[in-house]
Amino acid sequence: MSTALLPQTLGRILVGRALGLWRALFLAAQVLVLVLTPGSYDRRARAALAQRVYLDTAPILLWFTLLAALLSLVLTRIVVVTALSYGLSQYALQMVIRVLVLELIPLTAALFVALRLTLAHGVDLRALRLGGEMERLRALGREPLRELVLPRVLAGVFATLTLAALSCVVASLLAYLAVYGFTLAGLDGYTRVFGQVFNPAVSLIFLLKTLFLSLAVSLIPMVAALQDGTRRSVRSSAEMRALVYMFVAIVLLEGVSLVGNYY
Amino acid sequence: MTEPDSSAPDAPQPQVANLELKALLLLLLTLALVAGSVLYVLYARGAFEQTQRLILVAEDSEGVGVGMDLTFSGFAIGRVQRIELADDGNARILIDVPLKDARWLRTSSIFTLVRGLVGNTNIRAHSGILSDPPLPDGAVRAVLRGDIGAEIPRVVGAVRDLTENLAALTAKDAPLAQSLVQAQAMVERINGSGGALSLLLGSEDKARALTGTLLRSNELIDRGNALLARLDGLVARADAQVFGPEGLLPETRAGVLQLNAMLGEARTSLKRVDGLLQEAQGVASNVRVATTDLGSLRGEVESSLRKVDGLINEINRKWPFARDTEIRLP
Repeated sequence: MSTALLPQTLGRILVGRALGLWRALFLAAQVLVLVLTPGSYDRRARAALAQRVYLDTAPILLWFTLLAALLSLVLTRIVVVTALSYGLSQYALQMVIRVLVLELIPLTAALFVALRLTLAHGVDLRALRLGGEMERLRALGREPLRELVLPRVLAGVFATLTLAALSCVVASLLAYLAVYGFTLAGLDGYTRVFGQVFNPAVSLIFLLKTLFLSLAVSLIPMVAALQDGTRRSVRSSAEMRALVYMFVAIVLLEGVSLVGNYY
Repeated sequence: MTEPDSSAPDAPQPQVANLELKALLLLLLTLALVAGSVLYVLYARGAFEQTQRLILVAEDSEGVGVGMDLTFSGFAIGRVQRIELADDGNARILIDVPLKDARWLRTSSIFTLVRGLVGNTNIRAHSGILSDPPLPDGAVRAVLRGDIGAEIPRVVGAVRDLTENLAALTAKDAPLAQSLVQAQAMVERINGSGGALSLLLGSEDKARALTGTLLRSNELIDRGNALLARLDGLVARADAQVFGPEGLLPETRAGVLQLNAMLGEARTSLKRVDGLLQEAQGVASNVRVATTDLGSLRGEVESSLRKVDGLINEINRKWPFARDTEIRLP
């Protein structure tokens, strides 16, 4: 009996997963369309958006920058000392820029925003949804996706991009200081190495990677919060699922960017 | 649009003074960071520099990558923009050199492509004569290749050949070892009773014969010496005969003096003869004048004789005893 049921169950699970994924993608696309629609940014929405963006980003900006600076210092030191001990100091700077600016900092920024911000957004949104907020808005003739989801998604994207940009600049400065010290004499050589690392393909991949990481950490918790069941008991498993999906997406993005950069 | 704030969908947020301004500043900060980074990357890529193109032709572009530096005296002065395969199978490395650095490149510059054991390939420019005309835009130059990695198999091959040769040289039956053995035998023979002569002549008997010959030649030389001593005495006597006070040479000298005196006399006699001859010459010239006079005299005598002849003929014609001179033919 179990042998006859197994393929049936498996098929049902697979179809259910595929449908769930499709619905999630459809929802994400809806949110993206809202992001790109100028009508989403009327005066009241702008005020809400400004509040959300500022209150989400500003408190974590300083802390994350300090954290990134510390990480950069430690890694730069390790790379420079190791390269020096192998007699390959001329490649240390390039390696620091590649490891820190290209790979680690966008990823760290995305993870930091996810854990500090967007997962909490997901919990909030789920609570609002279960509290009947969406139906209330619909009854008032307003679009709950636009009013509830859009500011949170935009805040997550903005926070990720700002954190990544600021930390990259700080990490670049620290790498320069770690290699050359407090002098401007190395600026020409540093700029040249920077230009060598950031060739057009790598720059494009870097920009796209950062953008998609920010979208992944902002959208996936929202979609998960909108999708899961209505029972309170599944709440923890829904959060865990969002987290897992997000990590899978981040790992996939990293893998694709690494393939693009180094193959 | 005039709904009260209490209808805001979100959970209540703490109020912040000047929120919109702060949000705007945050937005501007992010935009400035992104725009600044993009501009810096563009600057680092050389997007704002005036460049000139240099094309290097290499047999093999392995290790050369887009974005690589062209260095001059250790300073990067250009950057590889493209690498392409030419129709003749050579690699063309297209390099952009900023105009401010192009002055280091001259028409006589040499370009090398050096690949180290570890790390990057390097393209280097060497300008020996900086007073030469500058390199024009779009110049095509061949690049010299120095490849340590490619040299290693060649060097290893050469070393292997060398060691094989050495092994062959030092083998037990090698010509060198045999020569050394024979040299040792030679030295032994030199040290033996026959000495070096037996080595040169092949056997001790011949060496002994040669020694005997040498002894006999010694005797010969002694006898020759005695002969030479006698010859010496002979020469001394001949010297006395010829050059001594009663010798041949003083008498000869006296004879020569007498001959000199005789020659002087002969010279005076000849002078006298010379005077005689001059007089004879004067006589002869007088005779010549007389001879010309005789010529005219003879002319006159001849004309007189002709006249006499004519007269006689006239007389003969007019004379009654004139003969009939005509000959009548029968």
